[in-house]
Amino acid sequence: MGAATVLALAPAAFAERGADGNVNVLYWQAPSILNPYLSSGTKDVEAASLIVEGLAGFNEKGEVFPRLAESVPTVENGGITADLTQITWKLKPGLLWSDGTPVTSADAKFTWEYCTHPEGGCAQAARYVGIKSIDTPDDLTIVITFDGPKPNPYQAFVGGTSPILQAAQFANCLGAAASTCTEQNFKPIGTGPFVVTDFKVNDVVTLAANPNYRDPAKPAFATMTLKGGGDAAAAARAVLETGEFDYAWNTQINPEQQAQMAAGGKGVLLNGFGTLVERIEINVTDPSPDLPEGERSTPKHPHPFLTDLNVRKALSMAIDRQILVDIGYGSAGRPTCNLVPAPEMFASDNTGCLAQDMEGAKALLESSGWVDSDGDGIREKDGKPLKILYQTSTNPVRQDFQAVIKDWWTELGVDVELKNIDASVFFGGDAGSPDTFQKFYADVQMFANNFDGTDPEPYLAQYLCSKIPGPENQWQGENINRFCDPAYDAMVAELATTADMTKRSELAKKMNDMLTKDTFSSLPLVDRGRLSAASNTLGGVVLNTWDTELWNAQDWFRVK
Amino acid sequence: MLTFTLRRLLLAIPTLLLISLVIFLLVDLAPGSPASEIPLTVPPDVRAKILESLGVNEPLHVRYLLWLKQFFWVEPLNGIDAIFGTNYAEGMQRIISYQSRSPVFAQIGERIPQTLTVIGTAYLVGVLIALPIGIYSAYRQYSLFDQAGTMFAMIGFSVPTFFTGTLFIIIFAVWLGWFPTKYDTTLEVTDWDSFLKQLRQMAMPVMVLGLANAAAISRYMRSSMLENMNQDYVRTARAKGMPERTVVLKHVLRNSLIPVVTVIALGIPSIFGGAIITENLFGVNGIGSQLIQAIHGNDLPTVQTLAFIFAILIVTFNLIADILYGMLDPRIRYD
Repeated sequence: MGAATVLALAPAAFAERGADGNVNVLYWQAPSILNPYLSSGTKDVEAASLIVEGLAGFNEKGEVFPRLAESVPTVENGGITADLTQITWKLKPGLLWSDGTPVTSADAKFTWEYCTHPEGGCAQAARYVGIKSIDTPDDLTIVITFDGPKPNPYQAFVGGTSPILQAAQFANCLGAAASTCTEQNFKPIGTGPFVVTDFKVNDVVTLAANPNYRDPAKPAFATMTLKGGGDAAAAARAVLETGEFDYAWNTQINPEQQAQMAAGGKGVLLNGFGTLVERIEINVTDPSPDLPEGERSTPKHPHPFLTDLNVRKALSMAIDRQILVDIGYGSAGRPTCNLVPAPEMFASDNTGCLAQDMEGAKALLESSGWVDSDGDGIREKDGKPLKILYQTSTNPVRQDFQAVIKDWWTELGVDVELKNIDASVFFGGDAGSPDTFQKFYADVQMFANNFDGTDPEPYLAQYLCSKIPGPENQWQGENINRFCDPAYDAMVAELATTADMTKRSELAKKMNDMLTKDTFSSLPLVDRGRLSAASNTLGGVVLNTWDTELWNAQDWFRVK
Repeated sequence: MLTFTLRRLLLAIPTLLLISLVIFLLVDLAPGSPASEIPLTVPPDVRAKILESLGVNEPLHVRYLLWLKQFFWVEPLNGIDAIFGTNYAEGMQRIISYQSRSPVFAQIGERIPQTLTVIGTAYLVGVLIALPIGIYSAYRQYSLFDQAGTMFAMIGFSVPTFFTGTLFIIIFAVWLGWFPTKYDTTLEVTDWDSFLKQLRQMAMPVMVLGLANAAAISRYMRSSMLENMNQDYVRTARAKGMPERTVVLKHVLRNSLIPVVTVIALGIPSIFGGAIITENLFGVNGIGSQLIQAIHGNDLPTVQTLAFIFAILIVTFNLIADILYGMLDPRIRYD
């Protein structure tokens, strides 16, 4: 037993910081800035996570593990008060910033002030919502007090989107001054395994091992080059076929290319599943252009036929989700019927939609009075034909999906018109444009959405009646399909005050089912995973979909 | 000539102002918003704050005038500060990119060297290949060489760079393993080894762009030569008993070069403009890829500034081409 332990520890004991030379990482979307509080882009947050860290992070299973904190506070260990209004974090003693100065609780407090400054435009402000105050009784203790019970307190300072900045470095960068601090935003001083030596915007980040990293044996690499630019296919090629790079992020390529490039034999494609779900949202309000502007797609006018549950259900039954996965994502996708596909404890066992049932769908429409009475191939009822405008953003995979789904729906007896809109307009949120996904001037639309971290509460709360986009809120609501049910609203309120994890998961599953298999308000299609490529000579890589992909770069090493 | 130049320079001022307005409006009024870059996981109120801090909510004319002031006053002052170590521009707001929250001109300064080395070399290589091909093709019109040259030019014209680029990557990088597919912008040439490395990483982008450039210029050279070959003065020269070499390379070539030099001069702004597709493909990350990344990211200040710089370059090189024309061809006088 003792010998086995010694053997297992041996490689770690002999490892030495910087012994493995340089590691090349490729992000085809190049990092623009290394301060995650000024950019919500994944590429920026992930690159920055090599340099700055939070008190804790999420591992590949979605569990919280300590980084700068000594341990993760829970109600059981007394770190969280029983009424869930206060959490106390303890820093590991002796932590140093990369410039050699000590890390203190004041840095955490400063970070909170930095991100909540009203003029700063902090991109991660949502992580600090509900914090009443942060107290620092001593250099190592951080006490966060919330303005109400907070069942999920692992938001502030947890994960790559919420790292601790050095107060001394950013002292003059509060509020409107944030974007004038180019030097700070490009070369933040951190506690992570690497420090920036050079940063070329949207091009390349050169990093070196942090001399003050808390584990003296890590990182194994002395330097890292994080190159940007190109596209997903070129990135996959550079790892799998030419072997120039050790790791490439988000190599979303079609299934055919996946097989072809993996045959190059220089590396492997890694995939992991998070919470990103490609779905069709159904508009239960009338988007008709005959309605006056300001009333289109508002609850004032219910949709002429999509308010019929049987129609929505039939539309879902006619779709073969496995075919969608095969044409669009290959190993990086799997069919799903859930809006919350993960983490496991929150995922409902709802699989009813997986098998296509065209005949059943036809029969369902038939029995509920939707018949093709005039022989034009389109079903109607009370003079209302099933005519659908189906929109999405411009993207080759989405256009493929539109085409096959149109075929299925046409077979069902529904007339489908397709429309695609440039992503910068569709997701641009411009209240003056008729083509944003919030305005939803169409009958159904397809896009993907997910939630940050492991807690689905804010995500499920998007379907509140009060969050329906409309002229009164400049079309900024998040309840895209205009679903509105007081019973659902009550569950959202209940979830916000429930701390017991079993109860939370039951509630979340119930809410997910209500939106999907009970009402078919939303038709989930594909659970989209992450697909990244790693060289065979790079060891220690663990793909993590709950935090940044570079979460364990300190453990990477060269396979010899 | 001097008055002509001065007149053209003065005329360039209103032209450029008009261009700046058109560019600003086009970029600004085009559909799309920087908000589309913010993931859906960010709630609407946070999203609104981010946009406000970028300054996108100011009225259009305020943003235009501010941008003009920054472009023509703050940025030149910053340039002076950088060169002479003064601090005239201290505390003045520079043109800031939405994506990186850093000065646009600082990024341009970072990227110009790559663009000039790679695209500039490609242009030079293109010209050096194109001139001999054009001259000899014209001299031996309809010969085998001419046919081959025509085919080369047609390939260069009609095959897009994204195709030749990918083809070259597969042949030279994947199969043969000679060249890297990604350009290393951090490489500094200090000794023989790093120089060779630089040559190897430049080889593919230069080949791709050189082919495209050579195609166009060789056709101009050929047709210009052909036009002159049948002129009376050529017959006279031959009648005088001059060696063929002198006739072609002195008399004909000199006269034929006049329009070609103009074409070459007019093509120079495109060196600064970079090559969007090729730069992206090989990760050269010069000005071209900066422009396309800014367009993708709805980074309006960067797009506006770059587009306007290109406009200035084009106006300038048009002027230079006109002046060169006058100098090379004594028959042309502007006064």
